[in-house]
This record gives sequence, C-alpha cells and structure tokens, in this order.
Amino acid sequence: MIGTLLSGDLPRSKVLSVVMVAILLGLALAPFLFPGTRALNTAATICVFIVLVASYDLLLGYTGIVSFAHTMFYGIGAYGVAIMLDRMPGSWAAIGLGVAAGLAVAVALALVIGLFSLRVQAIFFAMVTLAVASAFMILASQLSGLTGGEDGLTYRVPRVLTPAFKLFQDKLFGVRVDGRIVDYYLVFFAALALFLLMLRIVNSPFGRVLQAIRENPFRAEALGYRTVVYRTVANGLGAGMAALAGVLMALWQKYTGPDTTLSLGIMIDILLMVVIGGMGTLYGAAVGAVIFILAKNYLQGLMGAASEALAGLPLIPHLVHPDRWLLWLGILFILSVYFFPTGIVGRLRK
Amino acid sequence: MPDALPDALLTLAGVHTHIAQYHILQGVDLTVPRGGLTMLLGRNGAGKTTTMRTIMGLWHASAGSVTLDGRDITAAQTPDISRLGVAYVPENMAIFAGLTVRENLVLAARSGPLADDRLDWIFGLFPALKKFWALPAGNLSGGQKQMLAIARAVVEPRDLILIDEPTKGLAPAIVQALIEAVNELKATDTTILMVEQNFHMARMVGDTVAVMDDGRVVHAGAMAELAADDALQTRLLGLSMDSHQ
Amino acid sequence: MSDTSNPAAPAAIAPPPLAERLAAQLPYWIVPAMVVVGLALIGDLPAWGTLTLAGLAMGMMIFVMASGLTLVFGLMDVLNFGHGAFISVGAFVGASVMLALGGWMTAPSLWLNLAAVVAAILTAMAVTGGLGYAFERVIVRPVYGAHLKQILVTMGGLIVAEELIHLIWGPNEIPLTRPLALRGAWVFGEVAIEKYRVLAVALGAIIFLALRWALVRTKLGLLIRAGVENAEMVEALGYRVRMLFILVFVAGSALAGLGGVMWGLYEELITAQMGLNVLILVFIVVIIGGLGSVEGCFVGALMVGLMANYTGYLAPKLALGSNILLMVIVLMWRPRGLLPVGKG
Repeated sequence: MIGTLLSGDLPRSKVLSVVMVAILLGLALAPFLFPGTRALNTAATICVFIVLVASYDLLLGYTGIVSFAHTMFYGIGAYGVAIMLDRMPGSWAAIGLGVAAGLAVAVALALVIGLFSLRVQAIFFAMVTLAVASAFMILASQLSGLTGGEDGLTYRVPRVLTPAFKLFQDKLFGVRVDGRIVDYYLVFFAALALFLLMLRIVNSPFGRVLQAIRENPFRAEALGYRTVVYRTVANGLGAGMAALAGVLMALWQKYTGPDTTLSLGIMIDILLMVVIGGMGTLYGAAVGAVIFILAKNYLQGLMGAASEALAGLPLIPHLVHPDRWLLWLGILFILSVYFFPTGIVGRLRK
Repeated sequence: MPDALPDALLTLAGVHTHIAQYHILQGVDLTVPRGGLTMLLGRNGAGKTTTMRTIMGLWHASAGSVTLDGRDITAAQTPDISRLGVAYVPENMAIFAGLTVRENLVLAARSGPLADDRLDWIFGLFPALKKFWALPAGNLSGGQKQMLAIARAVVEPRDLILIDEPTKGLAPAIVQALIEAVNELKATDTTILMVEQNFHMARMVGDTVAVMDDGRVVHAGAMAELAADDALQTRLLGLSMDSHQ
Repeated sequence: MSDTSNPAAPAAIAPPPLAERLAAQLPYWIVPAMVVVGLALIGDLPAWGTLTLAGLAMGMMIFVMASGLTLVFGLMDVLNFGHGAFISVGAFVGASVMLALGGWMTAPSLWLNLAAVVAAILTAMAVTGGLGYAFERVIVRPVYGAHLKQILVTMGGLIVAEELIHLIWGPNEIPLTRPLALRGAWVFGEVAIEKYRVLAVALGAIIFLALRWALVRTKLGLLIRAGVENAEMVEALGYRVRMLFILVFVAGSALAGLGGVMWGLYEELITAQMGLNVLILVFIVVIIGGLGSVEGCFVGALMVGLMANYTGYLAPKLALGSNILLMVIVLMWRPRGLLPVGKG
C-alpha cells in the first residue's frame, strides 16, 4: 500500500523514514499541534514550497538542467488565480479558470523556452531563463491594470476558505475549525497529491530516461532517445507543477505580488532548498523546504537576539544581524555543493 | 636493425587506462627505439589513440608506467611532457582554424621566433604552407591541414613525434606526398610513433611495428618481417588491411 | 615573432563564393543597419542622435563587462555567474574613491576631474582583479568541468559577494554624481550630446581596439584565441592553459570592475544588486555574440544598447522585452550566436 503510494521509491534510510513521517504528521496535524496564525502560516508555506522545490528538482536533480525561471512559472500560476479572483471575487469558477489559464501559459512558455535554448547547449538555458524571468518580472509590474503592478493583488477567496466560515459549531481538540483551517487542508492535501504524483513521474520509464540523459546525454542520444524532447517535456512538467504550487500559495495568502512570487530572491531560496536537501531525490526537496523555511522564520529572530547580545563587539554584531542571514546561507550553499553534493538525504542514505 | 633494439626512447610497461567507466588499455607494453619510426597498427577500437593520448598525458594511466628517455612521465602533465621534447599530431589534426598558418606555427615554436632555415625546410616538405601562409588555417583543404599539423610538430627539433592516423580521409596523391615528407623527417634522426590504418603507408615508412588488439600489444617486431608474412598480416590485422593495397 | 612575417605574398587561393563571404560578413553590418532603421522609425534627427549616442554608450559599457565573461567561457568552459559581483564591487570601490576625492570631483578643472575618475577606475580594477584571482582559486577551481556545479557555486559566490557589499557599504543605495566636467551636454542646434556618453563610447572603443590588438598581434593573444578553439592542443604544444586561464579570469574581472565604475557613473546610483541586473544584459550579449567570441560580444553589446534605447523611445513598455526578442531572433537565425568560435 505504502509502496504503491510512493511508487516503490521508499526513503531507504531509517532516519530519513522517521524524518519523513515526522514531516508528514507535523504538517497533517499542524492546526492542532501548533495553533496560532504564524505557525499555521509557516506550515502552509512549507506545503507549498515542498511542491515548488520538488518540481524544481525534476529539472535540476533529475534532468540536470539549471533554470532560473522557476519562480516565473510559480508566479504565473499564482497570478492566474489572483487575476481571476480579482475579477470574480470569491467564486470557485474563477479559481478553476485561473488554474487552467495559469497552467496553460506556464507550460506553453516553458516548452517554447526549452525548444529555443535546450536545443543548442544546455548552458544557454541557465542564461536564457535568467533573462526571460527578469523581463517577465518587469512586465508583471508594468501591466498594472492586470496585475496590480508593484502593489500586487489582494482578493477575496470563496467563503469556505475564510476565517468567517465555521465548519463545526464546537471546538475540535480545543481548536476552532474555521475556513482558515479548511484552506490549510486544501493546501496540504493538494501538496501531498502533487508530491506523490511527482514521485510517480520520476519513477516511471520517462523519469528513468531523464536520469539516463543527466548521467550521459551522448549515450542516451546514441540509444535513440531524443534528449531535446525529453528535456523540453521535463521543463514543461516542472513548469506546470510550479504553476500549481503558485495556485496554492495564491489561495493561501489571498494576496499575490511580484515580490512574493516572481522575485529572484525566491529563486535563490529554491536553489538553496534543493541543494541543502539533496538534489535528485524528491525527499530531499521536502527536507530542504522544511529546514529552510523553519530557519527563515525562526532563525532570523535568533540572529537578531545574538546581534543585540554582542552589540559591543566590532563587526561581529553586523555579521549575525538578521539581514545578513542570506550571507550565511550563501556560504552554506557553496559548502554543500562542494562537500555534500547529495545533500542531507544523500548523507542519510549512505 | 630492430632486432638489436638499440636503446629505447619511450617505454610503456603494463599501462592501463580508464576513460570514465570504460577500461580501454589493459596492460600495454610498448617500446619505441630511438631514431626509428614505430608503427602502431590494429583495428578500430583496439586502443591506439588512447595509447597516444596516455603517452601525451591527455589521459592518465591508472596502472603501469610510461618512461621517456629514462624519465618516468606516467603522471606528468601534458605541457611538461611537451617540454621534454614530445610533439603530438592528433587524429583530428586540431589545427587552430581561426589563426593563420603563420600563427599556428608561431605558437608551435615555443622557444622563440620562427627560424628561417627551419621554415625553408618545412616549405620544402609542404609547399602549400608557403602559399597559404597568411590565410586562416580553417580555409585549408584536409590534406593541407594535415601538413600544417605535422609542420607544427616539427617547427622546432623534437625528440619524439606522435602522429595519429595522418592519412585518414586523404586522397592517394596526398598520401604519397606525406610518405615522402615522413621519409625526409626520418632522415633527421627524429623518433616517430605513428598510428596508421593504411598498411601501404605503414609498410613504406615503418621500421618497427606493434599491433594492438583489445587494449594490449599483441605483436611487436620489425616492419619488414610483418610486411613479408601474409599469414601473419591476416592473423593480426584481418583481411581488411589488404583492401588498402 | 614578426621577423618572419611574409615569406610569400598571400597567394591566389580560390576565394569562397561571394554569397558565403557576404554571409560571414553579415553580422558586422547589423549595427549600421540598426542605426539606419532606427532613423527611419524615429524620424526625428535630434532625438535619433541622442538615442544613438546613448545606445552606443550603453553598448560599449556592456561590452567592457561582457568581454571577460565570454573569454573565460571560451577558454575553460566556465560559466561564471559571479561575474556580476565584480561589476557591483567595482562600482562600490570606485564610488568610495570618488567620494573620498570629492574635492577633485567638484573642482572646475577637467584634469582634476579626470584624475579622480582614473584613480577610481584603477583602484576598482585592482580590487576586482584581486577578487577575481581569489574567486578563481576558491570558488571556481574545485568545480572545473562540472557545468551544473559551476553555475550553482558561482551563483552562491554572487549571493555572498552581494551580502558582503551590504556588510561593508551598508544596506542603502549610494548616489553618485559625475565630476563637474562630465556633467551636462554639448548642444549643437537641436542635438544635445551628453558629455559622459561621449567619454563612455571613447573608453569602450579604446578597450575594444586594445583587446583586439592584443588578441591578434601578441603571442599571448594568439594563445588565448588558440585556447578558446582547442585548449587541449595548446597544452600539447607545451603551454599551461591553466595559467592562461587565470590571467584571463583576472583581466576579465578587472574589466568587469571598470565596467561597474562606468555604469555607476552612467546611472548615477549604485546598488548591490546592480551587478546581477547588468549580468542579465551581459548574458544576452554573450549569447547573441556567440560564446567565446570577442567580436561577437562587441557586435551583440552594441545591438543590445541600441535596441534598448530605440525601443525605450518608440515603445517604452517593450524596452526590456525587446532584448529578449532580439536574443530569440538571433538564436533562430544562428543557434550558436552571430560569430561563434569554431571549436576543434
């Protein structure tokens, strides 16, 4: 049963199994285990990023291509729903239309970019995606009539998903089950389903061809696989998954803006999560997302405290200032690429 | 002459080379006597080019040793091997297409400006190079590129020249010109190790011969002996060699 | 080296067909063609003149920053995202020097003004060159030959460098005023020629010519060009490509620093993110020109500069998208870029 759900791709490590079960239970019971708006927000963000990072791992870890346009697809999904909900507040039809439109645009754009830049040299792809993504971000802030520009869009979701809605009259385990929690479970189950779907994809014959291409593109080509086609399809798949992650985020936050969906900062976060968690294993994406987002939400406070405690010393308080946390992540990132290219999961599996 | 085996300039002893996960050379033993031309023969995939590249340090042996003039060069880097007096003419010639003929030779003359008398000698061997001196080497024909590649190896005196399949894809008339040039080169006492598929060329210029198969040297001896022994040729090289004649 | 220049007159080699030669020359005609088409579309001579000068100035600055990147790639197949860091660091170091020499900057003397700028440029180049050396040793060297890791690690290096800039120079952007003599414009009738842009074009042209001279006329330059074509064969001829590469890497980093100073003075505002923003233009230029090609890089940079300024005037909303469009068109026409370097 579990084997079928996980498509036969088990964690293959006791510690990792425990960690995965802990993550699953923690997220599944988050509204009851960690009550409070901030904790629930963190849990929902983790769910979304597990999907987003896993979909990036389809490209980076399983196909061996580096894309800097993943947040663009994420943003397209989010904006699809946001724009529709902005026009038709609180309607389920708007969500359906938004998902369809976002998915279609993201996949089509990904296929076009792939056909242009994966054809020649894979190294073009990193540069082309970076350029296209930055142009797209500027485009999104300029089309303010559609996207709300720099300010982004705030919109109303269906009433079932708002705090005003009460699922039960009484509290459940001491927690009032309102629409916010319904929204959380929508995000959670959608994320779980997408994660399992991606596990299925990477363990299908298609996924194995991708890995063969990553290991040795010339050999795969010699065996008769059109590497360009496979890479392009993988790029389209990754883009579609990222767009769906964007949809979930849009539904959770009820706000979509360029800084929260399209910015290069998020792109770098994704890169860090994949590498730290472990490239080429979807479990790594999950572990990386959990650790990174917990760190981002809670470690910065710790750094702030440390910075204040060390206020008298030269330079050091600046080094541990919360604004400098990206510095340490950057260093950690470089070190993990050098010394732990397989990331946490790779270590655990050894 | 080869039976006496004067002193060896280059010796490979039990050389194994891996390329990625493939085990290409599986214990090559090869001796290249000083001053002569040694032919390295064998069918495609026998490991001839890998042997050349291992000598040149472009791939490194995982076991065994390569000795040049008494010096162990197994782990040496390519530029150092080159500076010990080894020149290399690779199979694809690797001329610099964007540079002129002159510039190709200027780079090959590592120790200083091109010497006029040496240049005259090269123009004697390959008149086409003089003709196209200031043109981009990429505009040369295949045979002319091969001449430039060899000229690059001999623009300054070298102790050992490695030439990988110089006649590949060339017209018979140009092969003949190459044979003459190689014979001229031999007269300067340069030691040459040459890979060849063209048995006609091999017979015309070779002094000693080594035949490879499956990553090993399976026969070594005098060229004349192999050339005279049809049965041996058939056994070592298969019938395909006859078609070149 | 030049003592054996020409033993024979360049011979009567059968020239390739006319069409083939024209096709090879075509990329060089794109920039003049763009200028002419620009005039036709804009239709206003003074505006066209201003935009063309601005486009050329922008193109020259991008070229200065991109030339090192393209050679580094050509020589060792290294794609360095950290190049953007050198641009930012160059701008910040240059700005610090110019702020320190504030008296020279505002003195009513062209020579003092220029001296301050030159001092800023030289300091910036020295610092970014040194930084490039360290970057090559620490960040790039352990990941030769592994493209994926290279991209990741150099991107990490860029993040760390940006953070270090924040640490040293503070989190805010720094306004940078040009020295007195370089402010304003010369006005001829209706055409205003901005002084700083003229300087930028002149400086860029000098660097292009110097680079070309070095690559064509010196043995070191020949080695670099040969190495871009076939590094292995250069090694087999007895040269250490590694040394060559470090040299190019350091020189390229120094040029990025120079470009950073020029860009900072052009925008009159510097931020830690500027390197990454410019890097995107640099990538477009390098792709358009063909990886590893200095001439292609030059043509591509001028195209991008002109395109950005013309479309900025004709259709402001399309300005950044226009360069992507340019890239797509070039890749459709020539998948390896305008003037690709023949490998092997």
